[in-house]
Parts: sequence; structure tokens; C-alpha cells
Amino acid sequence: MSGITIPVQTDKPKLAVYKFSSCDGCQLTLLNLEDHILDIAGAVEISFFLEARRRVLPPPYDIGLIEGSISTPEEEQRVHQVRRDCKYLIAIGACATSGGIQSLRNWANVKEYAGLVYPSPEYLKTLETSTPVAAHVFVDFELRGCPISGDQLLEVISALLAGRKPNIPSYSVCMECKRKGLPCVLVSKGEPCLGPITQAGCDALCPGCSRACYGCFGPMDQPNIQALGGKLTGELKQSNRDMKRMLRTFNGYLEPFKQASDYYERLEKE
Amino acid sequence: MSDSKKNNGNTRTIRVGALARVEGEGALHLVMNGDQVEKVHLEIYEPPRFYEAFLRGRDFKEVPDITARICGICPVAYQMGSCHSLEKAMGVFDDLTPEIHALRDLLYCGEWIESHVLHMFMLHLPDFLGYESAISMAEDHGGTVKQALRIKKFGNTLMDTVAGRSVHPVNVCVGGFYKAPDPQAMKNLLPELEACLDLMCELTLFLAEHITYPDLVRDYEFVCLNPDEGYPMNLGGLISNKGLNVSQEEFGKAIEEIHVEHSTALQSIIKGRGEYLVGPLARLNLKPEGLHPRAKELLPKVCKLIGQELPWCNNFLSLPARGIEVVHALALSADIIRNYQLPKISRVPITPRAGWGAHGTEAPRGVCWHEYETEADGSIKSAHIVPPTSQNQITIESDLRELARLLVDVSDEEAAMRCEHLIRNYDPCISCSVHFLKFSRDWRGERSKSLAGASGGA
Repeated sequence: MSGITIPVQTDKPKLAVYKFSSCDGCQLTLLNLEDHILDIAGAVEISFFLEARRRVLPPPYDIGLIEGSISTPEEEQRVHQVRRDCKYLIAIGACATSGGIQSLRNWANVKEYAGLVYPSPEYLKTLETSTPVAAHVFVDFELRGCPISGDQLLEVISALLAGRKPNIPSYSVCMECKRKGLPCVLVSKGEPCLGPITQAGCDALCPGCSRACYGCFGPMDQPNIQALGGKLTGELKQSNRDMKRMLRTFNGYLEPFKQASDYYERLEKE
Repeated sequence: MSDSKKNNGNTRTIRVGALARVEGEGALHLVMNGDQVEKVHLEIYEPPRFYEAFLRGRDFKEVPDITARICGICPVAYQMGSCHSLEKAMGVFDDLTPEIHALRDLLYCGEWIESHVLHMFMLHLPDFLGYESAISMAEDHGGTVKQALRIKKFGNTLMDTVAGRSVHPVNVCVGGFYKAPDPQAMKNLLPELEACLDLMCELTLFLAEHITYPDLVRDYEFVCLNPDEGYPMNLGGLISNKGLNVSQEEFGKAIEEIHVEHSTALQSIIKGRGEYLVGPLARLNLKPEGLHPRAKELLPKVCKLIGQELPWCNNFLSLPARGIEVVHALALSADIIRNYQLPKISRVPITPRAGWGAHGTEAPRGVCWHEYETEADGSIKSAHIVPPTSQNQITIESDLRELARLLVDVSDEEAAMRCEHLIRNYDPCISCSVHFLKFSRDWRGERSKSLAGASGGA
């Protein structure tokens, strides 16, 4: 994360919001900032945001928010134009930062997948893989989460407008869980919780609902997956297949979740 | 943004991008022969994500978290379809307690409120009032937009309280809920809920009185759930106004899915009959008696102001229909919250087994139907999901065919706007399968001079 500044300008900075392969949930998180959305619309010129408005202003844009993964030949081309059109490009959400749940195809044969879902798979134009935006173009900042947190999005936009570094923690969900005083679902309930290896940002939502974290904010900075895996496969009797499945969800293609899931897959097959 | 080119002879291709304010990407292609509409293609090219393929081999407990990600606007619809179907496959559906059913209805009410109000005021109303977006509309109608945002926010808060968050809720599981919501947190919602209910009644009457609804009456086959009591949402078989009356399990056999080249969404028809319509208009026309008394009391007033009794066979009236449904959802929420006490159990225990289960529920935009086969260890053997927008696609095309006939006289820019407006009647969630509607109209054959002149040079 490098310091990001935007030049002081007399005109309002122009904001663009793009969608690639995704569920729209991260864009919706922006629209769900009901108390702030009209303020944001006042602080920036919303210049390209098809989910919200028909009017499109020409590029260049100062800030580009990009939702979704790159999964079709058309997207592979379009993302380069998006990069050229935006001074600061922020990838928002698990699809844009990891490839998303649809990256499960990266371990499978896409033709087989297409044959299972569509009667006429020859009509489809799709890539063999679903990959994050940063696999294709330089990205200035990545905001994690499936979906992203509204507060974190507001922080990133405010930081950009103020010309300072966004304050987005890279520690684990456990920190948030302890801060809220929640009983540890791993220790006290014996649930296979991914909180110790997952980046904070959700405010420990799942432990708050007495359930194990399922890693929707992706890996924290330098997670000790091996140590957690030892506890889960040992004391908590999770199988190697369970470990693989847990790691391969919404951020499964992001290292080091990817590497660890490949490891458990090898053990599963042995 | 528009782009047009003249082809040889009598054929013209005009492209006007882009369809904004829908969830997903699509394009519209019209071929005109003289003054007649020859072909209507609503192209949906949302990138295929292969949910039904990668669900195979996943544990049944993971399914509601995964299917939620099909759509960020209506995740609860996918979670409810998955949960009910898998509870049937595991043989515990009949064990679900009244408290679990009520909490599911409450969470779903939150999604209806949030999704409907977003669509009505942020996406659809600008069409009726001639604005390019709610952002521009807010400059002239700031009060209305702020009131709508307040109600939308309440929908989100309700979902946060019941299930942790509104986009991809975390508290939902096969069998019920991981944790029953805190009764005090629920009661704390009531004052704002009451205020939003009064506000929504006013806004719905305001829309009924002050909006001019374009006339496009068609002979639709409406399809919705048919609960024994109450308004369609989570339970009941499926009925239509043209004789469909099937159980949840039979619905998959009653319809046929077709794959056409211009769409990554599979289109549905009722076998032996054809296109049908799901969504607010279907529910309101078929089950008005199931509305909450607050909404039932509002309905005749709305009908009078619009000058149209039920059934409403004009899908531009989906705007007030959504308004009535939001009133219903708010009033029902208030009842559920007032009766809420911490339940003895928040979920029923499940022993995995091999099985099959099928169940659809009422997403804000219509029936969303699922079926699953499970292995003995609880892994998914096969999954099949029929989302609402793909069921409506052929009906949308037929509406467009009807509308396009009336638009030969207007410019391409205007025609594109009016077609987009019509498409937004369906609150199409194209993500449930991209964000451009490119509009193109090919002209073939002779056209009268005045018409050719009117559409020229977009």
C-alpha cells in the first residue's frame, strides 16, 4: 500500500464504477451507504456508474472502482481500457481481488462445466480461468471482502479525496472478535473457524452469529495456515477434503489460500 | 452515447448504448421490416459463472453461503431456495418450527423492502419522470429521494439485525438460523419501522396519483406461489391464472428451459403453453387476499387513483404493485417482531443423507426455484436453479415486440429509452446470470417516408 494522493483540483473529481464478472453486491454496498450517498454524489462527479445512472461522462476519471473478476475474452480486453481511463484504480471485493467463487473453474475443465449447465455450450464465450483484476493490469489499491464493507469503502474514498493513505487493517478477524468480547467459536464451541487466518473488516460478523468464520475477506497478512490446519484436522477431526473445501470459496484462488488448498487436495488424493 | 450506421439498401443498424440502472448486462436488438417488427432479441451476456457445476461435491451446509453470491441484490431468495430444497432432501422440512418460518419471512421482508425501494426510487422512477438517474432526480425531488433512502435503509437494518448483513447474510443455515436474533435488538426496530410504514403508504399513494403510466395491456400468464394463508413468499405450491396448479416438486417438470444463442440465461416456458410472468404483478393479481390488512386497506385507494381495478395486465403498473408489496412487507415485519420471543431452538438438527429436494420462493422479482440431489455424506450430487429473470425473458421480448410497433414513428434515442423503461418494469436481475443494454434497430423493406425521416441520423 503506497501513499495515494490526488492532485488538488478546482473541479470535482470524477468517479467511475465498473462491473465485470460478479453479483453486483459490492456496487450495491456503495448504494447502501444511504446516509452518505448524496454526500458522495456532492463530493465527486459520478461520471460512469451504469447500475445507478444512464448519463455517461467521457474519461479520464480520477477514481475507478472495479467490481468483478476477469472471466471472458471481452472482459480481458475491456479491463485494459478501464486502466487507461482511470488515474486511480481500486479493485473492490473478492471477485476483483481474488477471482471470486467463479474461480473454482480454475481447478476444473471449463468445457465440462459448461456442458453441465448449458444445453448448447457452444454459444458461450468464456475464458478457461476467472482471475483478479491485478492479474491483468496494475491496480492502485485492493479492497477485500465478499461483499466489501461499506465503512471500508467510505474510508478508501475519503482517504483518496483527502490525499492520505487508507486505513485498512491487514490483521485477522480474531482481533475484531476479541475487541467485541465474543466467545471464541474455535476454542469454546469446537467449530472449524477460519478467523485466525482471515483478514479483518467484517467486524467479526460470523462469530457474532455463533458460527465459524468462512473467510470471505480472504487471507490476512502472512497467515499461519499450517498451524490452524493442524488444529482443525487433528483435534477438530476435519478431513483433508473439508480443509480443501473451506479454503476454496470466495477467495480460494488468492495466495496463500490457493497454495494451502492445493496441499490439502494432494493429501486428500494420497 | 449513440452510434449508428447505414447499411446497404433498406437495412439500417442503429446502436444506442447502454442500458443503465439494471442489475446485469444485456443488449436489445430489433429487426424491423417496413413498419413491422420482425425480430426482438433481448440479449443477456452476463458472463457464465457455472454455479450449478461447481456446487457439485460441496457440502450441503455450504450451499446457502455459495448460492447467495449468485446475486448481491437478492441473496436471501437464493438462500431460501437452497435451504428449503435441502431440508426436503435431508427429510427435515416438516420439522421446521413456526418460529423458524416466521424469522425467514422477516428476513425476506427486509430483502423485499430494500430491493423494491432501490428499484422503485433509484432505478425505475427516473424513467417515469424523465430523469437519467435518481442522482439528477434528487436535485428536483430531494425530499422524495431522502424518504425513499430512509425506508431502504430500514430494510437493510432489518436484515442486519436478523442475519448479520444485507448483502450475503451470514446467519442463514440449512435447518434455520445459526443464532436467534436478540429480542431487544428486534424490539428496538419498531419505532423506525412504524415511521417507515406510514411513509411508505404516503409514497405509494403519491406514486399512484401523480405518475402517468404508459398503456401496454397484454394477456399474461401470471405465475406465483400459492400459500394456504398469507401472501406469496416462502411456502406453497405454484399456480397461474391459466390453469397451472402444481406442487413445488412438480414445477420443474411443468416448465421447459431453452438455450438460445443470444443469451447466457436459459429461457423458460410452461410446457405446452409458452411464456409466463413472475414477480410483483403476478403475486398481486393472483393473491391480493393474502396481503396484510394495512396493504389490503391501501389497495382500493391505489386502484381508484390509477383508475384500474385488479387484475393489472400492464406491467408499467409494477411500480405501484411494488409499493403495495413494500407496505405489506413492513406491516408483516411489525407483526412478526411484536410476536417475537427468543425461540427454544433456532435450527433443526440434520443428519446427512442421500436425497432429492425442490423448492422455489418469491424473490422480489419473482419465483426463484431450486432442486438438489445429495449424496449419503451430505455432498451435493447435482444442483439446478431457475432464477426469475430468465423465466421472464420471453415475456419481456413479447412486451418489446408490442411496444416496438408503437415506436416506428419515434427517433432511435427515444425508442431506446422507452424500451429500457419497459425492461426495467421487470426489475431484471441479469447478474443472476452483465451491465450494458446496447440498443439496435435494423430496418428492412419499405417504410413510409415520414417514419424513415423520424428515425434518421441518431
